[in-house]
Amino acid sequence: MDISIIIFLLGGLFLGWSLGANDAANVFGTAVGTRMVRFKTAAIVCSIFIILGAIISGAGTTETLGKLGSINALPGAFAACVAAGISVYLMTKAGLPVSTTQAIVGAIVGWNLYTGSATNIKVLITILGTWVLCPVISGLIAMGFFTLTKNFILKRKLHILRLDAYTRTALLLAGAFGAYSLGANNIANVMGVFVPISPFTDISISSFFVFSSKEQLFLLGGLAIAVGVFTYSKKVMFTVGNDLLKMSPVAAFIVVISHSIVLFLFASQGISNFLQSINLPSIPLVPVSSSQAVVGAVIGIGLLKGGKEVQWSVAGRITIGWFTLPIIAALISMILLFILSNIFNLTVSF
Amino acid sequence: MFGLKSSSLFSDTKKLEREIDGFVDILSEVGLVFKSIVPTYLNHSANGKFDEMVEKVKEMESKADKITKEVEHTLYEETLIPDARSDVLRLLEHMDELIGMYQGNCYHFSIQKPNFPKEFHQDLIELTETVVNCVEALCLTVRSFFRDIKSVRDNGHKVTFYEKESDIKFSALARRIFDSELPLDQKMHLRYFVEKIDRICDQAEDIADEVQIYAIKRSV
Repeated sequence: MDISIIIFLLGGLFLGWSLGANDAANVFGTAVGTRMVRFKTAAIVCSIFIILGAIISGAGTTETLGKLGSINALPGAFAACVAAGISVYLMTKAGLPVSTTQAIVGAIVGWNLYTGSATNIKVLITILGTWVLCPVISGLIAMGFFTLTKNFILKRKLHILRLDAYTRTALLLAGAFGAYSLGANNIANVMGVFVPISPFTDISISSFFVFSSKEQLFLLGGLAIAVGVFTYSKKVMFTVGNDLLKMSPVAAFIVVISHSIVLFLFASQGISNFLQSINLPSIPLVPVSSSQAVVGAVIGIGLLKGGKEVQWSVAGRITIGWFTLPIIAALISMILLFILSNIFNLTVSF
Repeated sequence: MFGLKSSSLFSDTKKLEREIDGFVDILSEVGLVFKSIVPTYLNHSANGKFDEMVEKVKEMESKADKITKEVEHTLYEETLIPDARSDVLRLLEHMDELIGMYQGNCYHFSIQKPNFPKEFHQDLIELTETVVNCVEALCLTVRSFFRDIKSVRDNGHKVTFYEKESDIKFSALARRIFDSELPLDQKMHLRYFVEKIDRICDQAEDIADEVQIYAIKRSV
C-alpha cells in the first residue's frame, strides 16, 4: 500500500478517534459519571460493540453520505475528515456537545463547494430534517420510557439495592446497544468518504466468508474509535455524567436507551425495509448526532418533570452550536483543500 | 461481565438487603424489649428478669453496630447505590444512635435505680409505650424508604403524631412530678428519666424528617 494512502487514511482515523472521545461519551457518560459502571468496563463494552455495529450495520448510512457528495480523491477525503475532526475539537473546547455527524456533513458540502461538485439538495434536506427529528423522537421516546419505568418501579416496590443492581445491568446493556447503534450509524462519518476510494481489496476466507474492502475500512475506523474511547473519553464521560446531565441513575438509563433506539432507527436497514414493505414511509438511513439524541432525551425528561429543571439558555447555546458546527467544518474543509491543492499540488477531486 | 461480576452484584445486593432489614428488625425488637423493661423495673420483685433484659438490649446493640460496619464496607467496596449511599449510611448511623439511646436508658435505670412512686407508674408506662410506637412508625418509614417510596410520607406522618403524643405525656408527667410532695432532688432525678425517654421520640422524628428528604432525592 502506498505510504500516502496511509497518511490520508490517518485523517479518517483522527476523526474516528475524535468520535470515540466525544460521541462515545454520550453512550456511557451518565453511567460512568454517576459511578454506576466502571470506566474500564464501559470502555471495553463500548469498543467491542462500536466495532460490531460498524462492520455489521454500517452500510446504510454510508450510502446516504456517499449520495451527499462522493469525494473521489484521497487528498479530498483527508481534508474533509481533518476539517471535521478539527471543528469537533474546537466545539468541544468551547464546551458544546457536538457530534462528528454534523461536522462531516459540513466538510463534505465544503468539498462540493470547493471542487464545484453538485450537492444533492434532496439528500441534504433529508439529513438536515433528521437533525430536527432526532432530538424530537429521542425526547418523545425518553418521555414514554420515563413514565413506564417510573410506574413500574413504584408498582413493583423494588428494594433500593435491587433497583441499583437492575439499573447497573440495564445501563450496561443499553450502553452496549447504544455503542452498537453508534458504530452502525456513525461509522459513515469516519470512513464513509473513503469507501469510493478504498485502498483495500476483498479478502476471501474459504468460499463462505468474504471480508469486503468496505468492512476492512469499517474495522479500521472502529478500531480508531475504540482508541478514542480508551485514550480520551474518560474525561468527557465524567463531564457528561456530572456536569451536563445531573440526574438519577434510572433517568440516566432512560437517556441512554432513548439515544440508542434513535441511533438504531436511523441505521437499521431491516426496520427501514420492513416499514416500506407495509407501505409506511421508510426511515431515512442517515448518520444522526448522538449528542442531539442525548440532549433531546434529557429535555424530554425535563419537560415531563414540569420543565423547570431544563436550562433553556444552555439548550439554546447547544442548538446554536449545532448550526455553527457544519458551517465551521465546511470553511475549514475549503481552507484545507486550498492548501492541499495549491501548496502541496495534490489532486483533491477528479 | 467484563469486570462487573453480575452474580456477585446480585448476591451482594441480596445479602445487603437482608442485613438492612435485619438492622431495622433490631431497632423494632429493642423497642419491644424496652417496652417490657420499664414495667419490669417498676415491679421490683422481678429484678433478675430486668438485668436479663438489659443484657439482651446490649447484645442487640452490638449486633446492630456490627451490621452498620458491614453495610458501610460493602456499600463502599462494591460502590453500590452511589447516588444514595451517604444518605443510607447516615440513616443507619442515626438509627444506631436510637438503639444506643434505648440502651442508655436501660443502663441508667440499672445504675441509678430511680425511685418512681406508684402513682407515676402508669403514666411512665404509657409514655414508654408511646415512645416505642413512635419508633415502630419510624421503622415502617425506613422500610418504605427502601422499598415503597410512596408510603414514606404517610408513615412519616405517624412518627410526627406519636412524637406530639409523647410530648403531651412527658409534659403532663413532669408537671405531676413537680406538683407532688417529693423532695426536689428526687423530682429532678425522675424528671431526668422521663425527659430521657421522651428524647427517643425527638430523635425518631428527626430521622423521619431526614428520610422524607432522602425520599424526595430518591425520586426517579
